[in-house]
Amino acid sequence: MTVPAELDRRFRDAAAAAGLLDVAYELHDSPVGTLFVAVTDRGVCEIHYDADPEAEADRLARLFGTRVLRAPRPTDDARRQLDEYFAGTRRAFDLDVDLGSARDFGRTVLEQLARVPYGELTTYGTLAGRAGKPRAARAVGTIMNRNPVPIVLPCHRVVGSSGALVGYAGGLDRKRLLLELEGALQPG
Amino acid sequence: MMEAVRVPTFERFYEEQRGPVLAQLRRMLGRDAADDAFQETFLRALRAYPTLRHGRHLRAWALQIARNVAIDALRRTPLTAADVPDLETVDEPLPYEELRRLTATLPHKERAAVFLRYGYDLSYEQIGNALGQSPEAARQAASSGVRRLRRKERS
Repeated sequence: MTVPAELDRRFRDAAAAAGLLDVAYELHDSPVGTLFVAVTDRGVCEIHYDADPEAEADRLARLFGTRVLRAPRPTDDARRQLDEYFAGTRRAFDLDVDLGSARDFGRTVLEQLARVPYGELTTYGTLAGRAGKPRAARAVGTIMNRNPVPIVLPCHRVVGSSGALVGYAGGLDRKRLLLELEGALQPG
Repeated sequence: MMEAVRVPTFERFYEEQRGPVLAQLRRMLGRDAADDAFQETFLRALRAYPTLRHGRHLRAWALQIARNVAIDALRRTPLTAADVPDLETVDEPLPYEELRRLTATLPHKERAAVFLRYGYDLSYEQIGNALGQSPEAARQAASSGVRRLRRKERS
Protein backbone atom coordinates (compact mmCIF):
# COMPACT_ATOMS: atom_id res chain seq x y z
CA MET A 1 0.00 0.00 0.00
CA THR A 2 1.29 3.45 -0.89
CA VAL A 3 1.47 5.85 2.03
CA PRO A 4 -0.04 9.25 1.10
CA ALA A 5 2.60 12.00 0.90
CA GLU A 6 0.85 14.13 3.52
CA LEU A 7 0.79 11.26 6.04
CA ASP A 8 4.44 10.52 5.31
CA ARG A 9 5.44 14.15 5.80
CA ARG A 10 3.50 14.37 9.08
CA PHE A 11 5.36 11.38 10.49
CA ARG A 12 8.77 12.73 9.46
CA ASP A 13 7.98 16.10 11.08
CA ALA A 14 6.65 14.42 14.23
CA ALA A 15 9.72 12.20 14.54
CA ALA A 16 11.98 15.25 14.41
CA ALA A 17 9.77 17.33 16.72
CA ALA A 18 9.78 14.53 19.29
CA GLY A 19 13.58 14.70 19.40
CA LEU A 20 13.87 11.00 18.60
CA LEU A 21 16.34 11.18 15.70
CA ASP A 22 20.09 10.64 15.84
CA VAL A 23 20.41 12.25 12.41
CA ALA A 24 17.94 14.10 10.17
CA TYR A 25 18.84 14.68 6.52
CA GLU A 26 17.53 16.17 3.32
CA LEU A 27 18.71 16.49 -0.27
CA HIS A 28 19.11 20.09 -1.40
CA ASP A 29 19.58 21.53 -4.88
CA SER A 30 22.39 24.06 -5.27
CA PRO A 31 24.53 25.60 -8.04
CA VAL A 32 27.17 22.93 -7.29
CA GLY A 33 24.70 20.06 -7.59
CA THR A 34 22.48 18.21 -5.18
CA LEU A 35 23.81 18.37 -1.63
CA PHE A 36 23.13 15.77 1.04
CA VAL A 37 22.67 17.86 4.22
CA ALA A 38 22.54 16.09 7.60
CA VAL A 39 22.17 17.41 11.15
CA THR A 40 22.22 16.03 14.67
CA ASP A 41 20.78 17.89 17.65
CA ARG A 42 24.30 19.32 18.10
CA GLY A 43 24.64 20.81 14.64
CA VAL A 44 25.39 20.12 10.98
CA CYS A 45 27.23 16.80 10.82
CA GLU A 46 27.53 16.27 7.09
CA ILE A 47 27.32 17.96 3.72
CA HIS A 48 28.08 15.66 0.84
CA TYR A 49 28.36 16.15 -2.93
CA ASP A 50 26.88 13.57 -5.30
CA ALA A 51 25.73 11.43 -2.40
CA ASP A 52 24.17 8.01 -2.60
CA PRO A 53 21.62 8.79 0.16
CA GLU A 54 21.33 5.21 1.36
CA ALA A 55 25.10 4.76 1.62
CA GLU A 56 25.43 8.09 3.44
CA ALA A 57 22.61 7.18 5.83
CA ASP A 58 24.39 3.88 6.60
CA ARG A 59 27.64 5.68 7.28
CA LEU A 60 25.97 8.23 9.57
CA ALA A 61 24.20 5.41 11.43
CA ARG A 62 27.58 3.92 12.30
CA LEU A 63 28.85 7.28 13.55
CA PHE A 64 25.81 8.69 15.35
CA GLY A 65 23.24 5.90 15.85
CA THR A 66 20.70 4.00 13.73
CA ARG A 67 17.86 6.51 14.01
CA VAL A 68 18.70 8.26 10.75
CA LEU A 69 15.66 9.62 8.91
CA ARG A 70 15.06 11.85 5.92
CA ALA A 71 13.37 14.72 7.76
CA PRO A 72 13.65 18.17 6.12
CA ARG A 73 12.54 20.37 9.02
CA PRO A 74 15.68 20.14 11.21
CA THR A 75 17.85 20.89 8.16
CA ASP A 76 15.86 23.98 7.13
CA ASP A 77 18.19 26.50 8.77
CA ALA A 78 21.33 25.03 7.22
CA ARG A 79 19.72 24.80 3.78
CA ARG A 80 18.46 28.37 3.96
CA GLN A 81 21.93 29.63 4.86
CA LEU A 82 23.44 27.62 1.99
CA ASP A 83 20.94 29.25 -0.39
CA GLU A 84 21.96 32.67 0.92
CA TYR A 85 25.64 31.82 0.52
CA PHE A 86 25.14 30.78 -3.10
CA ALA A 87 23.03 33.89 -3.75
CA GLY A 88 25.99 35.97 -2.53
CA THR A 89 24.06 37.47 0.39
CA ARG A 90 25.80 35.49 3.16
CA ARG A 91 29.53 35.58 3.88
CA ALA A 92 29.61 33.66 7.15
CA PHE A 93 27.58 30.71 8.33
CA ASP A 94 25.83 30.97 11.66
CA LEU A 95 25.53 27.23 12.27
CA ASP A 96 26.71 24.79 14.92
CA VAL A 97 28.80 21.96 13.53
CA ASP A 98 28.85 18.45 15.00
CA LEU A 99 32.29 16.98 14.32
CA GLY A 100 31.24 13.70 15.90
CA SER A 101 34.17 11.48 16.72
CA ALA A 102 36.87 13.78 15.24
CA ARG A 103 39.66 14.04 17.83
CA ASP A 104 43.04 15.57 18.44
CA PHE A 105 44.84 17.04 15.45
CA GLY A 106 41.93 16.37 13.06
CA ARG A 107 39.51 18.30 15.23
CA THR A 108 41.97 21.13 15.85
CA VAL A 109 42.60 21.52 12.11
CA LEU A 110 38.86 21.66 11.35
CA GLU A 111 38.37 24.23 14.10
CA GLN A 112 41.16 26.35 12.60
CA LEU A 113 39.68 25.88 9.14
CA ALA A 114 36.39 27.36 10.35
CA ARG A 115 38.23 30.65 11.00
CA VAL A 116 39.52 31.15 7.44
CA PRO A 117 37.50 34.17 6.24
CA TYR A 118 35.23 34.41 3.22
CA GLY A 119 37.06 35.21 0.01
CA GLU A 120 40.54 34.55 1.41
CA LEU A 121 42.96 31.78 0.57
CA THR A 122 45.30 29.97 2.88
CA THR A 123 47.69 27.04 2.37
CA TYR A 124 47.84 23.54 3.78
CA GLY A 125 51.11 24.42 5.50
CA THR A 126 49.76 27.59 7.08
CA LEU A 127 46.75 25.74 8.44
CA ALA A 128 49.03 23.01 9.78
CA GLY A 129 51.00 25.69 11.60
CA ARG A 130 47.87 27.25 13.10
CA ALA A 131 46.91 23.81 14.36
CA GLY A 132 50.33 23.48 16.02
CA LYS A 133 52.14 21.18 13.57
CA PRO A 134 53.78 23.34 10.87
CA ARG A 135 55.30 20.31 9.11
CA ALA A 136 52.00 18.43 8.80
CA ALA A 137 50.80 19.98 5.51
CA ARG A 138 50.24 16.55 3.99
CA ALA A 139 48.13 15.38 6.94
CA VAL A 140 46.10 18.58 6.65
CA GLY A 141 45.48 17.71 2.99
CA THR A 142 44.02 14.38 4.08
CA ILE A 143 41.87 16.06 6.72
CA MET A 144 40.59 18.55 4.12
CA ASN A 145 39.77 15.67 1.80
CA ARG A 146 37.64 14.08 4.52
CA ASN A 147 36.06 17.31 5.76
CA PRO A 148 32.55 16.20 6.83
CA VAL A 149 30.95 19.60 6.22
CA PRO A 150 32.46 21.23 3.12
CA ILE A 151 31.28 24.75 2.20
CA VAL A 152 30.37 25.49 5.84
CA LEU A 153 33.89 24.49 6.91
CA PRO A 154 35.63 26.17 3.96
CA CYS A 155 38.22 23.64 2.81
CA HIS A 156 37.84 25.15 -0.67
CA ARG A 157 39.86 28.14 0.64
CA VAL A 158 42.91 25.97 1.28
CA VAL A 159 45.37 25.72 -1.63
CA GLY A 160 48.94 24.63 -2.27
CA SER A 161 51.91 26.85 -1.37
CA SER A 162 52.42 27.56 -5.09
CA GLY A 163 48.83 28.79 -5.35
CA ALA A 164 47.67 25.68 -7.21
CA LEU A 165 44.20 24.54 -6.19
CA VAL A 166 45.63 21.01 -5.63
CA GLY A 167 42.48 19.01 -4.84
CA TYR A 168 38.93 18.98 -3.58
CA ALA A 169 36.69 16.10 -2.48
CA GLY A 170 33.87 17.52 -4.60
CA GLY A 171 36.13 17.99 -7.63
CA LEU A 172 38.31 20.94 -8.66
CA ASP A 173 35.54 22.50 -10.77
CA ARG A 174 33.49 23.00 -7.64
CA LYS A 175 36.45 24.38 -5.70
CA ARG A 176 37.04 26.90 -8.49
CA LEU A 177 33.35 27.82 -8.64
CA LEU A 178 33.14 28.46 -4.88
CA LEU A 179 36.27 30.62 -4.95
CA GLU A 180 34.94 32.60 -7.91
CA LEU A 181 31.67 33.11 -6.09
CA GLU A 182 33.61 34.53 -3.14
CA GLY A 183 35.74 36.72 -5.41
CA ALA A 184 38.94 34.91 -4.41
CA LEU A 185 39.55 33.81 -7.99
CA GLN A 186 38.90 35.59 -11.25
CA PRO A 187 36.42 33.70 -13.41
CA GLY A 188 38.49 31.97 -16.06
CA MET B 1 27.16 -19.80 12.76
CA MET B 2 24.16 -17.56 12.23
CA GLU B 3 24.85 -14.60 10.04
CA ALA B 4 24.62 -11.35 11.95
CA VAL B 5 21.96 -9.08 10.42
CA ARG B 6 22.76 -5.49 11.16
CA VAL B 7 19.91 -3.20 12.20
CA PRO B 8 19.21 -1.01 9.14
CA THR B 9 18.88 2.75 9.36
CA PHE B 10 15.47 3.84 10.58
CA GLU B 11 14.90 5.40 7.14
CA ARG B 12 15.26 2.03 5.45
CA PHE B 13 13.11 0.28 8.08
CA TYR B 14 10.41 2.93 7.68
CA GLU B 15 10.45 2.76 3.87
CA GLU B 16 10.07 -1.00 3.94
CA GLN B 17 7.39 -1.25 6.64
CA ARG B 18 5.21 1.82 6.16
CA GLY B 19 3.03 0.26 3.43
CA PRO B 20 2.22 -2.99 5.25
CA VAL B 21 1.69 -1.14 8.54
CA LEU B 22 -0.78 1.31 6.99
CA ALA B 23 -2.64 -1.55 5.30
CA GLN B 24 -3.01 -3.40 8.59
CA LEU B 25 -4.12 -0.30 10.50
CA ARG B 26 -6.77 0.47 7.88
CA ARG B 27 -8.10 -3.06 8.13
CA MET B 28 -8.35 -2.78 11.90
CA LEU B 29 -9.43 0.84 12.38
CA GLY B 30 -10.81 2.26 9.16
CA ARG B 31 -9.18 4.97 7.12
CA ASP B 32 -9.31 8.03 9.40
CA ALA B 33 -8.26 6.47 12.69
CA ALA B 34 -5.53 4.59 10.81
CA ASP B 35 -3.75 7.85 9.98
CA ASP B 36 -3.27 8.77 13.64
CA ALA B 37 -2.32 5.22 14.51
CA PHE B 38 0.23 5.20 11.67
CA GLN B 39 2.14 8.07 13.23
CA GLU B 40 1.92 6.57 16.72
CA THR B 41 3.13 3.18 15.45
CA PHE B 42 6.31 4.58 13.93
CA LEU B 43 6.96 6.91 16.86
CA ARG B 44 6.81 3.87 19.16
CA ALA B 45 9.10 1.99 16.81
CA LEU B 46 11.50 4.94 16.82
CA ARG B 47 11.58 5.01 20.64
CA ALA B 48 12.29 1.29 20.83
CA TYR B 49 14.69 1.21 17.87
CA PRO B 50 17.95 1.60 19.84
CA THR B 51 17.07 -1.55 21.81
CA LEU B 52 17.07 -3.77 18.70
CA ARG B 53 20.00 -6.18 18.70
CA HIS B 54 19.70 -7.42 15.13
CA GLY B 55 17.78 -6.74 11.95
CA ARG B 56 15.76 -9.95 11.66
CA HIS B 57 11.95 -10.20 11.78
CA LEU B 58 11.47 -6.46 11.41
CA ARG B 59 8.21 -6.89 9.46
CA ALA B 60 6.69 -8.94 12.29
CA TRP B 61 8.02 -6.46 14.85
CA ALA B 62 6.46 -3.49 13.02
CA LEU B 63 3.11 -5.21 12.56
CA GLN B 64 3.04 -6.21 16.24
CA ILE B 65 3.53 -2.58 17.27
CA ALA B 66 0.77 -1.57 14.84
CA ARG B 67 -1.59 -4.15 16.36
CA ASN B 68 -0.86 -2.88 19.85
CA VAL B 69 -1.48 0.71 18.79
CA ALA B 70 -4.74 -0.28 17.06
CA ILE B 71 -5.97 -2.17 20.10
CA ASP B 72 -5.14 0.76 22.35
CA ALA B 73 -7.10 3.01 19.99
CA LEU B 74 -10.10 0.67 20.07
CA ARG B 75 -10.03 0.61 23.87
CA ARG B 76 -9.82 4.38 24.15
CA THR B 77 -12.72 5.14 21.84
CA PRO B 78 -15.64 6.49 23.87
CA LEU B 79 -18.76 4.43 23.37
CA THR B 80 -22.46 4.24 24.07
CA ALA B 81 -24.52 1.12 24.72
CA ALA B 82 -27.16 0.09 22.20
CA ASP B 83 -29.09 -2.75 20.62
CA VAL B 84 -27.59 -6.17 20.65
CA PRO B 85 -28.26 -8.53 17.73
CA ASP B 86 -27.10 -12.11 17.77
CA LEU B 87 -23.54 -11.81 16.49
CA GLU B 88 -23.27 -15.40 15.38
CA THR B 89 -26.12 -15.07 12.93
CA VAL B 90 -24.29 -12.26 11.16
CA ASP B 91 -22.46 -13.50 8.07
CA GLU B 92 -20.82 -10.32 6.84
CA PRO B 93 -18.34 -8.54 9.06
CA LEU B 94 -20.28 -5.89 10.95
CA PRO B 95 -19.61 -2.28 10.07
CA TYR B 96 -17.05 -0.83 12.39
CA GLU B 97 -19.35 1.79 13.96
CA GLU B 98 -22.08 -0.67 14.73
CA LEU B 99 -19.77 -3.17 16.31
CA ARG B 100 -18.15 -0.44 18.33
CA ARG B 101 -21.52 0.53 19.72
CA LEU B 102 -22.55 -3.04 20.43
CA THR B 103 -19.47 -3.93 22.38
CA ALA B 104 -19.25 -0.70 24.34
CA THR B 105 -20.02 -2.19 27.71
CA LEU B 106 -17.82 -5.29 27.51
CA PRO B 107 -14.64 -5.65 29.56
CA HIS B 108 -11.60 -4.62 27.50
CA LYS B 109 -10.21 -8.07 26.72
CA GLU B 110 -13.59 -9.47 25.71
CA ARG B 111 -14.37 -6.42 23.67
CA ALA B 112 -11.11 -6.58 21.80
CA ALA B 113 -11.56 -10.29 21.10
CA VAL B 114 -15.17 -9.87 19.90
CA PHE B 115 -14.15 -6.92 17.79
CA LEU B 116 -11.28 -8.67 16.08
CA ARG B 117 -13.21 -11.91 15.60
CA TYR B 118 -16.50 -10.53 14.28
CA GLY B 119 -15.44 -7.13 12.96
CA TYR B 120 -12.26 -8.17 11.22
CA ASP B 121 -12.71 -11.87 10.83
CA LEU B 122 -9.33 -12.67 12.34
CA SER B 123 -8.51 -16.20 13.45
CA TYR B 124 -8.17 -16.91 17.17
CA GLU B 125 -4.48 -17.40 16.60
CA GLN B 126 -4.17 -13.91 15.09
CA ILE B 127 -6.28 -12.44 17.88
CA GLY B 128 -4.18 -14.18 20.49
CA ASN B 129 -1.05 -12.72 18.90
CA ALA B 130 -2.53 -9.27 18.82
CA LEU B 131 -3.65 -9.38 22.44
CA GLY B 132 -0.63 -11.22 23.77
CA GLN B 133 -2.68 -14.29 24.72
CA SER B 134 -2.95 -17.90 23.64
CA PRO B 135 -5.44 -18.69 20.84
CA GLU B 136 -7.52 -20.58 23.42
CA ALA B 137 -7.66 -17.57 25.76
CA ALA B 138 -8.69 -15.41 22.79
CA ARG B 139 -11.47 -17.88 21.91
CA GLN B 140 -12.71 -17.88 25.49
CA ALA B 141 -12.64 -14.09 25.69
CA ALA B 142 -14.64 -13.80 22.47
CA SER B 143 -17.22 -16.38 23.48
CA SER B 144 -17.68 -15.01 26.97
CA GLY B 145 -18.07 -11.57 25.39
CA VAL B 146 -20.79 -12.91 23.11
CA ARG B 147 -22.53 -14.62 26.07
CA ARG B 148 -22.43 -11.37 27.98
CA LEU B 149 -24.02 -9.52 25.07
CA ARG B 150 -26.77 -12.17 24.83
CA ARG B 151 -27.55 -11.91 28.53
CA LYS B 152 -27.83 -8.19 28.18
CA GLU B 153 -30.14 -8.60 25.22
CA ARG B 154 -32.49 -10.81 27.23
CA SER B 155 -32.53 -8.63 30.29
